[in-house]
Amino acid sequence: MAATPTGTGRTATGGSTGAGGRAATRVPTGRQWWLEFRAATRTEPGRLRLISAALVLLVLVSGASVTWQVSQRRDTVTNVTDHSQPLSTDAAEIYRYLADADATAASGFLAGGEEPRTTRNRYDLSIREASNRLVKAASNSTPGSAGEREITLLSRELPFYTGLVETARANNRQGLPLGGAYLRHASKRMRDKLLPAAERLHDVETARLQRDYDDAEAFPWLALGCGVVALGGLLWVQRRLYRRTNRVFNVGLVAASGGVVVLLLWTSVGHLVARQHLRESNANAARSLGVLSEAQIAALKARGDENLTLVARGSGEAHERSYQDEMASLSTGTRDAAPLLDEALRLADDDRGRTAVEQARTGLAQWKERHTAARAKDDGGDYDDAVALVIGGEDQRGRQVTETTGKSFDMVSDRLKEAVALEKKQLRRAARDADDAYTGLPVGGAAVALLAAGAVVRGVGQRRAEYR
Amino acid sequence: MVCACALALTATAMPLLGDEPGSADPTARGPRVVHANRAADEDCDTASLRPTGFEESGAALERIRKRRKLVVGVDQNSYLWGYRDPASGELVGFDIALAKAIARDILDDEDAIIFKMVPTDQRESQIEARNVDMVVRTMSITCDRMDRVAFSTAYFEAGQQLLVPKSSGIREYDAGLAGKRVCTARKSTGEDKLRLDGHGARLVLVDNQLDCLVRLQLGEVDAVLTDNALGAGQAAQDPQVHLVGDRVTDEYYGIAMHRGDTDLVRRVNKVLEDYRAGGVDSEWMRSFDTWLGDHLERPPLPPEANYRD
Repeated sequence: MAATPTGTGRTATGGSTGAGGRAATRVPTGRQWWLEFRAATRTEPGRLRLISAALVLLVLVSGASVTWQVSQRRDTVTNVTDHSQPLSTDAAEIYRYLADADATAASGFLAGGEEPRTTRNRYDLSIREASNRLVKAASNSTPGSAGEREITLLSRELPFYTGLVETARANNRQGLPLGGAYLRHASKRMRDKLLPAAERLHDVETARLQRDYDDAEAFPWLALGCGVVALGGLLWVQRRLYRRTNRVFNVGLVAASGGVVVLLLWTSVGHLVARQHLRESNANAARSLGVLSEAQIAALKARGDENLTLVARGSGEAHERSYQDEMASLSTGTRDAAPLLDEALRLADDDRGRTAVEQARTGLAQWKERHTAARAKDDGGDYDDAVALVIGGEDQRGRQVTETTGKSFDMVSDRLKEAVALEKKQLRRAARDADDAYTGLPVGGAAVALLAAGAVVRGVGQRRAEYR
Repeated sequence: MVCACALALTATAMPLLGDEPGSADPTARGPRVVHANRAADEDCDTASLRPTGFEESGAALERIRKRRKLVVGVDQNSYLWGYRDPASGELVGFDIALAKAIARDILDDEDAIIFKMVPTDQRESQIEARNVDMVVRTMSITCDRMDRVAFSTAYFEAGQQLLVPKSSGIREYDAGLAGKRVCTARKSTGEDKLRLDGHGARLVLVDNQLDCLVRLQLGEVDAVLTDNALGAGQAAQDPQVHLVGDRVTDEYYGIAMHRGDTDLVRRVNKVLEDYRAGGVDSEWMRSFDTWLGDHLERPPLPPEANYRD
């Protein structure tokens, strides 16, 4: 609208058009350009030409900004599903696998000098999965970032931890109590250094995910602002034409305005729909996932504590207390937090999810009961029976014990895993829906803008033609 | 050796004598030997109660016979003394063998025992709460502890000694320890010694004496201060470490019991008499050879008993 003419009237236009035409063929210098511009604003066809150019520019800019901002949001959504969400999940899994390794190592120890093959395999798998995810996280981290610091710490401590566990094994195989001491030391190291670092890494990745969600949910103000300005310009020009020519409609400009309105509506509605899906993905699924992985880890820690209480052979009170704390955080809640399983149940959004959590809760109740029985055995001096109740095997009377706390723990752990898988699926679906809401918008928006620009040229051109 | 087992009772422990009907028993009353405990220069009498022979009517013994089980607090982490053999899963060791001898005497069945695992810092409280009948767990007889529990006569002579890697420059418990990190179990006599007379060593406390060996192997500490008996157990698990210097304390392991269970104390002392009887051919010596022979210098005789009544 910079080309707004300063009303010199229609009378003076005739001659200068020719002058403007000649001027265009000469090589324009800055000053000449200015003079020509001034000259053009003095005639109506000149003004119309400028108006047309300005409108085309506005329409194209708003189209481009729609394409740009929507593409940006789609990228962010893709980033959420393909990048930051997996990284956040990976970080949670690093934590989970480490806690699993800790619990499994202790369980293998209880079995005596030679640990069962399955236990050994599970431990190896946990360590492998944790390292794989660590490598992936490392390749995705920014040098010098908080995440990188935690990854470095984890990468340094993990070999140290596995070294301690191997030393524990070697000593245990030789029948030396030193093995148990090493295992306790390894576990302490895991809990004092590795697990807190994994937790902090998870926090960092989750914060990054949250930022991505916020970016994706941010309203495309620029695109909408440009559209509104373009629409304003179009309306202003139509009003001007109406005042000067008494023609109510200029078909080209009306079509262009329609195009811009379509652009505005498409962008807003598309974004609002996408945002709704993102909110669902973020607020429901992601939060639910957070609670579920917390519950998984609490269960793993409790299992590790249960095993270590027996491994510690009499010095296990600290482990038993820690077991009680973890179990409390799962089922009865702590002073500043609701029970994790109750929270997970509340956040579960379909029957399958709810069933999984309900079953985990049943498993937990059973686990507690069996744990109490195992503790009573151990405290009563029946160590073998206590071990059998915890990891299975023969009790003192040679009876095979199958109703173990290990089985109850597996039930809790498996059901929680199932709930996690459901939530993950839901999260991905919601993110995909969000992306779908934008489908066609970047290309479609650009096309609409081009058509509208064409309509502007045509509409204003028609009007200009009347001066020839 | 005579004074070796001279063990005293604190003044607070004296009323025990009055409570005990057997104390009026005039039989077998020998000369009363009272020596100061060399370990901590404590002026309490750590001698124990004379065995009652076959007088078996005490409340504690009744309780045990009725239960048909002896509840013994032990450790599972002290190699050679009380530990679980990973191959068999059985508890074995010098202390365990002694506990079995006591069960055999009282209940005619050495397996009639409920072993309870007792951490170092809970030995007294578990006895006071009567969660266990006795603690047989490389427990040194000290005046402080005698305020809370009653001890049998000494069944082993030990002392705090330094355990270091063979390559270590530390040779003695002396000024060379200044600035060195020395590990010992929390609430052990080692901690008392280091606090009192540590030569500038930096104290590293752990829950269990064996955790010290882990830290020593990992290079997190420079030396371990522990009972030489337990230190021998540690050295037996790692040929690269050894005990150096003199024993810096003299301690006597005793079996701890509730202060009210005087009948049990006397009975246990009788078992110990039998255990030691025969000198070099005694059961005590055989157990020593089985568990400790390869790792500790063989004493000429089992420690002598000292009685205060």
